[in-house]
Amino acid sequence: MKLSNKTKVLEQGEMTLAERMYLPAIVGGMATTLKHFFSKPVTIRYPEQQRYLGPIYRGHHILKKDEQGAERCTACGLCAVACPAEAISMVAEERKKGEENLYREEKYAKVYEINMLRCIFCGLCEEACPKEAIFLRHDKMVPVFSTRDEVIYGKDKLVENMDQRYLRDGWK
Amino acid sequence: MELMNDVFTAKAIFIGIVFAITLGIAAYSTYFERKIAAFMQDRIGPDRAGPFGILQPLADAVKMFMKEDFIPANSNKWLFIAGPCLSMLTALMTSAVVPFGDTVTVAGVTFDLQGIDVNIGILWVFGIVSLGVYGILVGGWASNNKYSLLGAIRAASQNISYELAMGMSIIAILMLSGSLSTKSIVEAQQAGHWNILSQPIGFVIFLICAFAECNRTPFDLPECETELIGGYHTEYSSMKLGFYLFAEYINMFISGAVMATLFFGGYDYPGYSFIAAQFGSNAAAFLGMGALIGKALLFVFVFMWVRWTLPRFRYDQLMGLGWTGLIPLSMFNVVVTGFGILIDQPILAGIGGVVIMFVGLVVNDALSRKKKIA
Repeated sequence: MKLSNKTKVLEQGEMTLAERMYLPAIVGGMATTLKHFFSKPVTIRYPEQQRYLGPIYRGHHILKKDEQGAERCTACGLCAVACPAEAISMVAEERKKGEENLYREEKYAKVYEINMLRCIFCGLCEEACPKEAIFLRHDKMVPVFSTRDEVIYGKDKLVENMDQRYLRDGWK
Repeated sequence: MELMNDVFTAKAIFIGIVFAITLGIAAYSTYFERKIAAFMQDRIGPDRAGPFGILQPLADAVKMFMKEDFIPANSNKWLFIAGPCLSMLTALMTSAVVPFGDTVTVAGVTFDLQGIDVNIGILWVFGIVSLGVYGILVGGWASNNKYSLLGAIRAASQNISYELAMGMSIIAILMLSGSLSTKSIVEAQQAGHWNILSQPIGFVIFLICAFAECNRTPFDLPECETELIGGYHTEYSSMKLGFYLFAEYINMFISGAVMATLFFGGYDYPGYSFIAAQFGSNAAAFLGMGALIGKALLFVFVFMWVRWTLPRFRYDQLMGLGWTGLIPLSMFNVVVTGFGILIDQPILAGIGGVVIMFVGLVVNDALSRKKKIA
């Protein structure tokens, strides 16, 4: 029984002489491969050449500083809560007198660590952050590890360098 | 006696050069195979070892030598070692009768640019190529592995089947040249009278058979991975495997050279007599050697081009094509050639043969095709 009348019976029939000899098909196939032989490769020589991956690519994490060079992170822990891979951990510390130019809020992260083997680069930490402190940069990837000691990234690798500030397309 | 020694030395040096060229081309064929495969698949291909990856064959050789040379416990040890040696030996022996160039005079010694001009040149090629299958058969049998044995049996039956059609297509050439010597066959084709003009069908048959004889795609059933793991070289590792693969590339180059000799005028090229008159016969002969190698390399490219275009045949298709397709066609070609010699118009007969073949196919198809059942 047919549910609808949309099915079509295909009549394949016997192959014609040209089809049975395969020669036209072989010549056509050879022409196709020859065309590709002279066309430009679609792959690139990766470590030397890199592609632009778009303005919202989620790569290396960065802890932003404000214009005066004070860290924005206040160690609220919302990124760690949002993280589905539980890659983020931190230790909070109260800001002392005289540290106002170093830390923007009264509480800051003394230790801020991301386990790059756990991180899945989903960007939920970026969304969760109320202080606009953590971002996944679009222009840099986390490099390949060779030992397990390199896996956990501390503040030394994450905090923004004021000489090379990270700017995203669309930011002023 | 003095002259004999000089010719002997010159020949020995020439054979050494041919040997080196053959090995070098075979080594670089592996690189170009991978490069051509890459280009045909819109990739870049190996480019890490040296500029553009040109040191890749060296890296591959180092890899092959460094690997463990494993001999299975239940194999027949001596035959297991003899297999790749036989393959390599026969692959390298074929080039002895290929005429690479005309007579040259270097340092007062006059000699042919050819290993040895025997009056059974083509039979020599056939004999050695037939021996080549022993390398595969011995290796596959000695492995004591059913897949290796199946691969070896396939190789043997395939080579026997296609040698028949190949021999028949060469008979037409022999009818034209009247000699088995490769040198006379080439000399009969000088100044542009290439055999391809009068033997288009013969060339196509020979080309297809060459694919089968070299165990190249689409006829690479002896090493069909999906059915036989690695085929006859499943149990081989290290440089013994390397020898099998290397022998295949040498065979490709040599069969290209043989095809150039038989159908494309050997060392002949346009403007041969002009160069000979302007720069002397030596320069013309050496340039002819370059022309022959160039033609052979062109065939190597065709081998690779076909490999990266066509899928593998099924075994019954392979046998069907050989026995019911190519052998009758080559018999037809012999008749056409004989007719061409009779009317003294071999080129006209060659073209007529192609036309008659296609007309015959169409008529036969129209008569025998069953009506479609409505």
